[in-house]
Amino acid sequence: MPVPEIAESFTGSVNRVTLGTTKEHGGTRTSTVTVGGARNMVYGGSPDDAGEKPVVAMDVLDTRPDDWPDALIEPYRNVLDSPGDWAKKCVQEFGAELICVKFEGIHPDKGNKDAAHAVKVTEELLKAVGVPLVLWSCGYDEKDNQVMPKVSGAAKGESCLIGTVTEDNYKSLTAIALADGHFLITEAPLDINIAKQVNILASDMGFPLERIVTFQSTGALGYGIEYAYSIQERQRQAALAGDKMMAMPAICDVGYESWRAKEAKLANAPGWGDVADRGPMWEAATATCLLQAGVDIIRMRHPRAVAAVKNFINEVWQKK
Amino acid sequence: MIIIAERINGMFTNVKQAIADKDKKVIQELAKKQTEAGATYLDVNVGTAAADQAGAMQWLVETIQETCSTPLSLDSQKTAVIEAGLKVINAENGVILNSTPLNKKTDDEIFDKYMAMANQAGPKASIIVLTMDKNGVPQDVDTRVAIAADAISKAMEKGFDTQRLFIDPIILPVKVPNAQVQPGNILAAMDQIRYLSEPAPHMTIGLSNLSQGATERSLINRVFLAMAISRGLDSAIVDVLDEKLMSVLATAEMLMNKQIYSDSFLKVYASMNE
Repeated sequence: MPVPEIAESFTGSVNRVTLGTTKEHGGTRTSTVTVGGARNMVYGGSPDDAGEKPVVAMDVLDTRPDDWPDALIEPYRNVLDSPGDWAKKCVQEFGAELICVKFEGIHPDKGNKDAAHAVKVTEELLKAVGVPLVLWSCGYDEKDNQVMPKVSGAAKGESCLIGTVTEDNYKSLTAIALADGHFLITEAPLDINIAKQVNILASDMGFPLERIVTFQSTGALGYGIEYAYSIQERQRQAALAGDKMMAMPAICDVGYESWRAKEAKLANAPGWGDVADRGPMWEAATATCLLQAGVDIIRMRHPRAVAAVKNFINEVWQKK
Repeated sequence: MIIIAERINGMFTNVKQAIADKDKKVIQELAKKQTEAGATYLDVNVGTAAADQAGAMQWLVETIQETCSTPLSLDSQKTAVIEAGLKVINAENGVILNSTPLNKKTDDEIFDKYMAMANQAGPKASIIVLTMDKNGVPQDVDTRVAIAADAISKAMEKGFDTQRLFIDPIILPVKVPNAQVQPGNILAAMDQIRYLSEPAPHMTIGLSNLSQGATERSLINRVFLAMAISRGLDSAIVDVLDEKLMSVLATAEMLMNKQIYSDSFLKVYASMNE
């Protein structure tokens, strides 16, 4: 029986985004990262349609985490108090292509650190590593609006990926990110309609659609991953159908979400296997699943999970 | 939705005058306005005014393409006029040959000729095929579907991609004695035509013809447009400058899940067709 021809041709594609400004172009980055460009679904069509390889952004926190399980603390034991050393370790030892600094410590409930602290961390990271940076707010609107514009300014001209902006809080960070030459992350709460609306709102402020990366929110394996999966898939389909308001590359937060799962961190769980393995496995499984739905940048935490996922990416996205 | 904008047509007095005076500004302004309003293609029809229709077609094509890169739909009942337009067109982004019946009493092979012309114009050249043959315009559902099926199978035989075909079930003015059954017939025909190939062929209609001579023209047009979109219509020749019509179009597409809903769905529709 002949195999039916099911190749579909699409009119649209995912935008290509290049993060990081090198010295020749007035920045200080030693490498850049390009994502996006897919012209088909993952695994669909010819390898030429697959676009750029997805990349892993490894998380670094601005302050020492106080709620991480031992398995996650272990690889970073000596660097948790120094974001610069932490980032260096991720790049040099674990092969991180991007560093994502999460400004957890500025949250009123988690340290309430000020803008000067966040600026200092940003400058430290820019000095410590040459890869492009992702600068991620704490999620408390009032505090983010005070601090993130300063963070943006501290990395001016470096073409960082900065966010997140939401439907209810987008104006100040969108404006400053545009002025400072960054890329913007638009966030939606697993809601495709709001996701589109935030992109429209940012675009209405003059922010170029080609400089936006979307964050649809992430659910880990066992904790809503099917919602995240179907939204990522829908976003990709809309991009391929030519919807310019949905044609952005996507970022997801696998590290944080996976390590919230009790399966990833509960030590005393007979029959579940060694807790030292479970967390990295949970994180790697969540990441590979979402990669197949069509995400471009994955925030991750555990080096073993990162290694497994990078291996998966290299197997699937064979460089032409 | 593939929107073919209808205003560059010699039947309109300002266009007729512009063709007579070789007044480029009027035409280029219309091209710009219609593009901004969301046109995917600009229909170009010389009307009946010019003595030299082929020459007028060439002048219109060249005039539009001087300032506008929106692809064109060359609209004439005369093959020679479309051919003349094709000679001077830049069809890189596509062109529509508008239109041909399946066959004519005087020319049994007319559709084959159009496929050859389209192939010569380039891989993005499409054809509007009217559900009309040597016996004229059918009044019933079945003959419309049968003609569409013949056109599609003929294209397949010739290796002509069916995605380059637009089936036009021919809409007639509702204000004509005994014609009121036709809009319903067209919807019923569309229901079947969309299953004739996989993926479905494009379907288009010359919407404004429906309300010819009637009162409440815009209302009639937009209500029928919404009804037809629900039956799989994915293209139409319309007045893109009719804002209410374009709002109905955007809303119907959204309701059919062709566009992802957002609170600003109306506002972004035109920009998405750029």
